[in-house]
Amino acid sequence: MVTEDFEKETHMRKILEVILSFGIMLTALVGVIALLVVLPWWLLPVLVLLLVVWMASTRYGHQTRSVTWIGLSSLTQRLGSSSVVVIGIAGVVGVLVALLAMAEGFQATMQQTGSEDTAIAVRAGSMAELNSVLMREDIMLIAQASGVKKAPSGQPIASAELIVGASLVKKSNGLDANVEIRGVGAHVWEIYPNAHIVAGRLFTAGMNELIVGKGAHEQFAGNDIGATLILNNQQWKVVGIFDSGDAHDSELWGDADVVASVFRRGSSRSSVTVRLTDADAFDTFKAALSGDPRLHVDTKTTRDYYSEQSEQLTRLIRILGTTIGVIMAIGAVFGALNTMFAAVATRAREIATLRAIGFRGLPVVVSVMLETMLLALAGGVLGAAIAWLVFDDYTASTLGSSFSQVVFAFKVSPALIWNGLKWALAIGFLGGLFPALRAAQLPVTTALREL
Amino acid sequence: MKYFHLVWAALFRRKARTIFTLLSVLAAFLLFGLLDSVHTAFAKAGDNVSGVDRMVTVSKVSFTMQLPKSLLPRIENIPGVKAVIYANWFGGVYQDPKNAFANEAVSPNFFEVYTELVLPADHARAFAATRTGAVVGAALVNKYGWKIGDKIPLQASIFPQKDGSNIWTFDLVGIYEARDPKQRAMEQVMFFRWDYFDEARQFGNGNVGWYIEHLTDHTRSDEVAKAIDALSANSEHETKTQTEQAFNAAFVGQFGDIGLIVGSIMAAVFFTLVLLTGNTMAQAVRERIPELAVLKTLGFTNRGVLSLVLAESILLILLGGVLGLVCAALTVSALQTSMGAQIPMSQVGGAIWLRGVLLMIGIGLLIGVLPALRGMRLRIVDALAGR
Repeated sequence: MVTEDFEKETHMRKILEVILSFGIMLTALVGVIALLVVLPWWLLPVLVLLLVVWMASTRYGHQTRSVTWIGLSSLTQRLGSSSVVVIGIAGVVGVLVALLAMAEGFQATMQQTGSEDTAIAVRAGSMAELNSVLMREDIMLIAQASGVKKAPSGQPIASAELIVGASLVKKSNGLDANVEIRGVGAHVWEIYPNAHIVAGRLFTAGMNELIVGKGAHEQFAGNDIGATLILNNQQWKVVGIFDSGDAHDSELWGDADVVASVFRRGSSRSSVTVRLTDADAFDTFKAALSGDPRLHVDTKTTRDYYSEQSEQLTRLIRILGTTIGVIMAIGAVFGALNTMFAAVATRAREIATLRAIGFRGLPVVVSVMLETMLLALAGGVLGAAIAWLVFDDYTASTLGSSFSQVVFAFKVSPALIWNGLKWALAIGFLGGLFPALRAAQLPVTTALREL
Repeated sequence: MKYFHLVWAALFRRKARTIFTLLSVLAAFLLFGLLDSVHTAFAKAGDNVSGVDRMVTVSKVSFTMQLPKSLLPRIENIPGVKAVIYANWFGGVYQDPKNAFANEAVSPNFFEVYTELVLPADHARAFAATRTGAVVGAALVNKYGWKIGDKIPLQASIFPQKDGSNIWTFDLVGIYEARDPKQRAMEQVMFFRWDYFDEARQFGNGNVGWYIEHLTDHTRSDEVAKAIDALSANSEHETKTQTEQAFNAAFVGQFGDIGLIVGSIMAAVFFTLVLLTGNTMAQAVRERIPELAVLKTLGFTNRGVLSLVLAESILLILLGGVLGLVCAALTVSALQTSMGAQIPMSQVGGAIWLRGVLLMIGIGLLIGVLPALRGMRLRIVDALAGR
């Protein structure tokens, strides 16, 4: 009878333990995810400070300090397995940061392209400049609309631009890629104040001459200054390189009238971009266009226009990057679990001895956690550093929304690095929690008896 | 094979450790399966057997420029060309710009050339009889819950109607399916009649977006391409003709170097995996040195011990890896059923499995070799004495 009761009791206890550890796991997961989402950067130093104060001023803190110190000083003996945690987490953080830097860079390039005080008008429903056709009458009406800034000469600052595509060979893979050629008007430099010639000279009005954006110049073959491109069976001479620091860097610019005549577009253009008197004038401008029954156009500030064009791709890369990061992180958590369980197992006697001479469970838990988190942090820093060294400002090009190439640079921003470190800490937390609890729960007698 | 249970027992000597390692391996190969599926989808875009005898002619300047329809009879006359399709990209939007699917105006003989798409005969007759008719892929029809007889309004992004209206309404008269279920991705397009499109559009009339030539013999493709491009040489609308495969490869290449991105990620993943499992294996063998010595005492040869340890490490990776690839296969098919075939992922098929299993064996050997050598070289006396 007695043994039966005893068995029943141990059975119950086991079930309770399973439920308890399951509960801990769930809480940890939820907690870590919450941490990932909300943790602002300043909270980390605050937490560290609290920890230091605790370690310096309380009894448990003192104990934790000694246990942690023992753990860290024996780290060199477990260098091989500890470096697995560091490198595993470095891999996760490196890949995550690199992928998100791609999204960030693309978005930044597109968003910088626009501003609040310029507006673009395209034919209603066309969504992208390449699809749009505006007739001469439309262009005149748009330029004369209220809200458009006037130059000192009294002319409205408006640029009717013509977009055509051209096939150039991408240097990276030797395949044809579609590049935008933008025929621009006289006011172009007032519309895009960031753009300036960095080499060569401006094209001459009326001539088959092109200037090449810096990004396009780097990514595509055969467009150095002095080179001749054959477009629509006519020779075009490349006379200069311009830099605008945004998506226009991926384009080739020429005189709109010449582009129109070579590509047989007559007096039609793709879009009209205007400089507004100020950012608030957009509503006036938009109302003027939509109130005119002769016009069927959509208008947006250029900031909105280019942001929208980057939305889809940026979201896609973010989702992909996060998914890949999550899968890699799961792998890394199990790697860390293995390493830390092994570490706890090798230190079992030592921990049991500490417990036997009066150290409590909490300092042991905290010290194992601290050790894992430190390893994880090292991994995070390593991964972020590699991502930053290799990928910051790495240029690539992809297909933008108007079927043509957009050149952009990866951007490893401080926010991204912080994001990567948060992931590292979360992986370290999950990977360290159970080994830490195990260490604290080790039955002192059996652990001491073990070989 | 008779030692399988021995290897198995050794593998699960420490259950928790082995399970954690298996889960790490699983995660790595799940990622491998998913990424390789994306990579395959991009690498193989349009790379189907039926496409080898087709060529695409687009404007040499840019594929976004149009070509005159007057080229049609001249291309048809070129020896080696069996049939010619012409088509226009329409770029219409259904209800919301987020509902992105391809829609094209095509010539009447489209389905005769694209035999990998099956349009039932009565649907084909209805398509020929209805000027405003449209034929839609089964996957797309299911996605929006359309049925035959529905009117489908598209908002034009490029071509307004003659009266300036942007709304084009088409009658759904036919539903096509892909002959090969693996090509479900091709069921995501809406086709309508080019003659109606050309008559109703405001500008660009008499021009087509591209030609597709069906060849009598695909070995003559170079020669035919040259002959087609010669037709318009030195004119205002020079053409560029290439095989459908080459065209698709260039188009996909415009998104960026998917292979490079996937390759770099996988390199990082496997580098980590090798370190992680290598460490575990080393640990597992280190703990068992006395046991291995006992095996040797019983008469196992050096080579026998070596193969036991190698078999253990390969089994470890294979177990995790196969589970990972199974998860990847399930994920891909789940994604394809829930989001439609438009996501660029190909089914986890034979080629991916082959690459995966080879990788598993390779990694298994790599991480097993050092511990195995250690096991092979141990001296029985020292090992038993715990030295």
